Amino acid sequence: MPKTRIVLSFPPSLTEVPLTYHLVKEFDLAINILKAKITPGEEGKLVIELSNGSEANIQAGIQYIISQGVHVEPIGKEIVWNEAECIHCGACTAVCRSKALTIAAPDWQLSFDKEQCIVCESCVKACPMQIIQATF
Amino acid sequence: MKSYAEINEKIKQGKAVVVTAEEIIDLVQEKGYQKAAAEIDVVTTATFGPMCSSGAFLNFGHSDPPIRMSKVSLNNVPAYAGVAAVDAYIGATELSETQGFQYGGAHVIEDLISGKQVELKALSYGTDCYPRKEIHTYITLQDLNQAYLFNPRNVYQNYAAAVNSSSKTIYTYMGTLLPNFGNVTYSTSGELSPLLNDPYYRTIGIGTRIFLGGTVGYVAWEGTQHNPLQKRAENGVPLSSAGTLALIGNLKEMKRDFLRAALFDRYGVTMYVGVGIPIPILDEEMLRFTAISNREIQTTIVDYSVPERSKPNYGLVSYEQLRSGRVTVQGKSVPTAPLSSLYQARRIAAILKEWITLGQFTLTEPVQALPLENKLNSLEIHAKEASQHA
Ligand code: SF4
Ligand code: SF4
Repeated sequence: MPKTRIVLSFPPSLTEVPLTYHLVKEFDLAINILKAKITPGEEGKLVIELSNGSEANIQAGIQYIISQGVHVEPIGKEIVWNEAECIHCGACTAVCRSKALTIAAPDWQLSFDKEQCIVCESCVKACPMQIIQATF
Repeated sequence: MKSYAEINEKIKQGKAVVVTAEEIIDLVQEKGYQKAAAEIDVVTTATFGPMCSSGAFLNFGHSDPPIRMSKVSLNNVPAYAGVAAVDAYIGATELSETQGFQYGGAHVIEDLISGKQVELKALSYGTDCYPRKEIHTYITLQDLNQAYLFNPRNVYQNYAAAVNSSSKTIYTYMGTLLPNFGNVTYSTSGELSPLLNDPYYRTIGIGTRIFLGGTVGYVAWEGTQHNPLQKRAENGVPLSSAGTLALIGNLKEMKRDFLRAALFDRYGVTMYVGVGIPIPILDEEMLRFTAISNREIQTTIVDYSVPERSKPNYGLVSYEQLRSGRVTVQGKSVPTAPLSSLYQARRIAAILKEWITLGQFTLTEPVQALPLENKLNSLEIHAKEASQHA
C-alpha cells in the first residue's frame, strides 16, 4: 500500500477550507495528521500522511491540494539513528512525544519506529551521544 | 558468616557462586534469605551513567630541551597544569576553546582510549632547569608515562528524578525537560546500582577493587559531596542523592565501550562512566541489602525549573514506577525517561560476574570505611570575617 508524507503550507485565507474532508471524500484517502500548526488568520502548516489509496489517487489528491493554492512539499527530512554507536541510555525518549523512540523492559534497548516519526527533530539535540541525525 | 578470605579462596578455585544484583532478587524469592546467603558468595552491581566529576591525570614525559608546562591544552581543550612539570589533569567537562560545546575534556579522553592522536600544546615561562617556553606536538595514550582516570565524584547513591513545572522547555544535566510536567527523567540503575545494594557502605570502602571503564579500578576515597546523612527509608536506602565515590583506574586499559563522551544540549559536556562493584555476601544482612528490588527503592521528584539550591519537590516515587514508563506528578500522569543506561549496566554486571567466576578478579576488604556521618556544607556568600583581617 503506497504511503506519502507531505508538508502543507497554506495562506491565511485557506486555513478554514475543509481540505482533508475533500481528500477523504473525493479521493478515498486515509489521512494521518502528523503535525499541525494552524492558527486562524495566520499561515498554517500541516504534516500529513496519505495512505489507503492507489498511487494514482494519492497523486490526484496532491494535485487537488495544490490547485486550492496550498504549497506542497514532500517531507524533506528523515531521521537516521546510528544504532551501532547507541549506548541505550534513553535520553532521546524524553523528548519524543510521538513515541517513535521508546525504551522499555525487558531488554531496555532503544527501539526506533520510523512509522511513528514526525521528524520534529527534538531527539537530534537531546541525544547526548549526538548519533541521531535529520538528513535529506 | 563468610570471610573475604574464604570467598577469595572459592574464587581462586573457580567455585564461587556469583550472581548479579538483579538475579539475586528472584533467587531469594525462591530459596529464602538464609539458604541464599549460604549459597551465594558475590553479588555484582553496576551503573553506566553521566558522571560530570570525572577526569584523568596524564604525564607527558620530558622533551629535549625540557619544559615546565604551565598552560596545557589537548585538542584545544585546556588541561590543568598547576602540578609538576609535565603532569596535567584533563577534566571531563572542560570545553574546547575552538569548538565550544561540541568537544570537551571527555572527548579528549575518549579519543585517547580510541588510540587517536591528540594535539598537545603547552606554554611555559622558562626556568634555568626547564628552558623551553613552548611545545606543540601530537601524543597517543601509549606515548604517555602514566594516564589514569581519577574521578572525584562517581556512582551517586540514588539521584533525584527531574521534572519541569514552568511553561518553557529547560535544558539541564538531567536532559531536556519539557514544560508543564511534560516528562520526568531519572538516572540510576536502581536495584542494580552499587551503593543502593550496600546502603551503609559495609563492603564498599576505600581500596575496594572494582570494574571501571572496562578494566580494573579502585575506590580511592569518599566522593565529593558524599552525603551519608541523607534521609533514608526504613530499609536503609537513601531517598535522594546520598553517598558518592572517588574512583581511580588505568586509562591505558580502558575501553571506549564503557567510557563515552556526552553532550547535554545547552548544558555542556560530560562523560558516561561504566562502573561495576562486587559485593561479598558475608552474612544474611548483606544478602538482604543486595536483594532489594526497584519497588523498595524510592527517590524524590525535584523541580528543575527553579534555579535555586533548594528546589521544590513533589514527593517520592519508586524505581518500579519510574521504570513502568509513567508516574503521577501533581495529579498528572507524566511519561518517564531514563538517562543512565540499564542495558550497559547489565553488560557490566555480567562481565564482572564472569571475571569473578573465572577466578580472574578477587575481592578486597576496604582499607578504611567510608564515613557514615558527614555533613554536607553549602557555599555561603558573605564578606570576609573580622577575625580574618590582618
Ligand atoms: S524526530 Fe525524533 S523526537 Fe521527533 S518524532 Fe521523530 S524520533 Fe521522535
Ligand atoms: S539518546 Fe542517543 S545514545 Fe541514548 S538511547 Fe537515544 S539514540 Fe541511543
